[in-house]
Amino acid sequence: MAISLTEAAANHVRRSLENRGSGEGIRLGVRTTGCSGMAYVLEFVDELQPDDEVFESFGMKVIIDPKSLAYIDGTELDFVREGINEGFKFNNPNVRGECGCGESFNV
Amino acid sequence: MALLQIAEPGQSPQPHQQRLAVGIDLGTTNSLVATVRSGIAEALPDVDGRIALSSAVRYHADRIEVGHLAREAAASDPYNCILSVKRLMGRGLADVQQLGEQLPYRFQAGKSHMPFIETVQGPKSPVEVSAHILQALRERGEAALGGELTGVVITVPAYFDDAQRQATKDAARLAGLNVLRLLNEPTAAAVAYGLDQQAEGVVVIYDLGGGTFDVSILRLSRGVFEVLSTGGDSALGGDDFDHAIARWMIEQAGASSDLSPSEQRSVLQQACAAKELLTSQDAVAMHYQDWQGQLSRDTFEQLIEPLVARSLRACRRALRDSEVELSEIESVVMVGGSTRVPLVRTRVGELFECTPLTDIDPDQVVAIGAAIQADTLVGNKRAGDELLLLDVTPLSLGLETMGDLVEKIIPRNTTIPVTRAQEFTTARDGQTAMVVHVLQGERELVSDCRSLARFELRGIPPMVAGAAKIRVTFQVDADGLLSVTARELASGVEASIQVKPSYGLTDTEISGMLKASFENAANDKQARALQEQRVDAERLLETVRAALKADAEALLTEQERAVIEERMSALDAVRHSNDVNAIARHVQQLNHATNEFAARRLDATVKSALAGRQLNEMEG
Repeated sequence: MAISLTEAAANHVRRSLENRGSGEGIRLGVRTTGCSGMAYVLEFVDELQPDDEVFESFGMKVIIDPKSLAYIDGTELDFVREGINEGFKFNNPNVRGECGCGESFNV
Repeated sequence: MALLQIAEPGQSPQPHQQRLAVGIDLGTTNSLVATVRSGIAEALPDVDGRIALSSAVRYHADRIEVGHLAREAAASDPYNCILSVKRLMGRGLADVQQLGEQLPYRFQAGKSHMPFIETVQGPKSPVEVSAHILQALRERGEAALGGELTGVVITVPAYFDDAQRQATKDAARLAGLNVLRLLNEPTAAAVAYGLDQQAEGVVVIYDLGGGTFDVSILRLSRGVFEVLSTGGDSALGGDDFDHAIARWMIEQAGASSDLSPSEQRSVLQQACAAKELLTSQDAVAMHYQDWQGQLSRDTFEQLIEPLVARSLRACRRALRDSEVELSEIESVVMVGGSTRVPLVRTRVGELFECTPLTDIDPDQVVAIGAAIQADTLVGNKRAGDELLLLDVTPLSLGLETMGDLVEKIIPRNTTIPVTRAQEFTTARDGQTAMVVHVLQGERELVSDCRSLARFELRGIPPMVAGAAKIRVTFQVDADGLLSVTARELASGVEASIQVKPSYGLTDTEISGMLKASFENAANDKQARALQEQRVDAERLLETVRAALKADAEALLTEQERAVIEERMSALDAVRHSNDVNAIARHVQQLNHATNEFAARRLDATVKSALAGRQLNEMEG
């Protein structure tokens, strides 16, 4: 399995990194918090950790720590517009339940 | 499901706790809202993809409409369509009536000098009208970010005074927004280009909008943008370019210049379109009635050259006022849609001897700078990146002292937030109340400065003149808003005031006041010397009068008393004249005449004190 970006997501990540002026790629991950147990992490990466796993998608690096990988393996990160709102969406096959807003989830 | 944005390392928000922040450029003609998402600062469009929201509000009997539809209805429903309300913010009825000629609205006086505009929904204050515009931007921001806004940064012109800033903040509060900071427009433009990241330097902001021109010269040092000077022309903008083209068209077509309003509109629309095309093309085909022709870029540039020259003159004036050398200028930032015109860019570049910054859309640059600042202020950046941008007071703040003089407590260009205190005392024996009159401006006399507020400190314990200690504290918060507290130190009585909009100064008045302070420095010094001399005279007369009343019979001969009284009336006669030297001379003569009397009074006091002690000792 792996982690992937859609083309739209990759393009937006590229734009964000260019605008920021620095960064290796983006980090996907999970942490335990929120109303349904876990929440996604989506951050710029300046420094890789020794046991990080790196995937590449449309030329963009996606970086994940091994603990998080178990929960989001197979996830596709998409970039979508909903009305005038826009942002990233995790299509995570492992999720069994989400809180109403989808900001946190459980597996 | 909620949509996520990329955060800085370690800054991922907790679920449901995303700190959403926007920057708002609340403009005279158009307003914008911008935000930072996934590290990218960008202006937010509405559902139709429009970025600029027309700063126009139309009152219907049952609803309120904001935006371009309200602007378009202005001709058919002039009383209920409020345009350019920014010009009315923080202004008094009298100021507004001065602008009256250009404004079709029906004004009425309200409480606190604020003008109200009569509409189909009843009287509306400029603050309320602005609040509707802010409300529309808030809704757009919340729809685009998918949540409630934590805070906003709103930009205001650098020359906005306290009343205008307060009015803007009140409008935001009315719109349900949490204002993190009011930011000067030129400062926001500099932030958008990241100029605040530099160590220091002088930056020029050239802002040519549709109807107004502003130039600001800022100095950045240690994270503080200091406004060195501002200037401009409140009746110069891109609309004048359109009019120049329209006049040329009518002339070329040999048509009469008496156009119906609809003909006028169509000619102006064509002129505006031609102007925009000439940014990238060398010539544009035009037609009017039977006439067909071509407008080349060369001709266009000839037409607008005098207008551009007018803006450059204002730039030179601002440069002179700022007292910086051309060589000190690091960057020139272009703001406003009219700076897309190539001739404008060339001329500005020539004047300041550097290539102007034009990468960011000049219509959006102010809102983008505000968004970046808002993002930092809500804490979406790493601690190390946090840059606290500081602003300065645009005009000095002070209070009235005896003799119509202004004592400056916080000088102009002091970085804010700031707190300054000074001690004052009473002028008369037994004085139990004191009026604190808060003033803004650079001049020495009260009548030449702007009165911001006035309050009384009561309950001062009766003491001899000069014995009471009254500490007056001026505090300016990060938005440039002032509160003043007066406290009598012995008794602890206290009074304070938050400066609220009473009535405002016009923009030209402010720059006029600044200029007048430089030109009148010498006059002011003389005026101050005269006032001080008058105050001295009055004090001396008061003291001598009190002394005569108490001890004249015991300590003075009839003749001595007559001499003193004669000198007193001589001083009394000249103390209102404009002759500083005459007043000084008479003060000296009266002093001289009362020397002996004063010595005897001192002796008498010492004797009675000694007598008192002996008595005490005997009793003990």
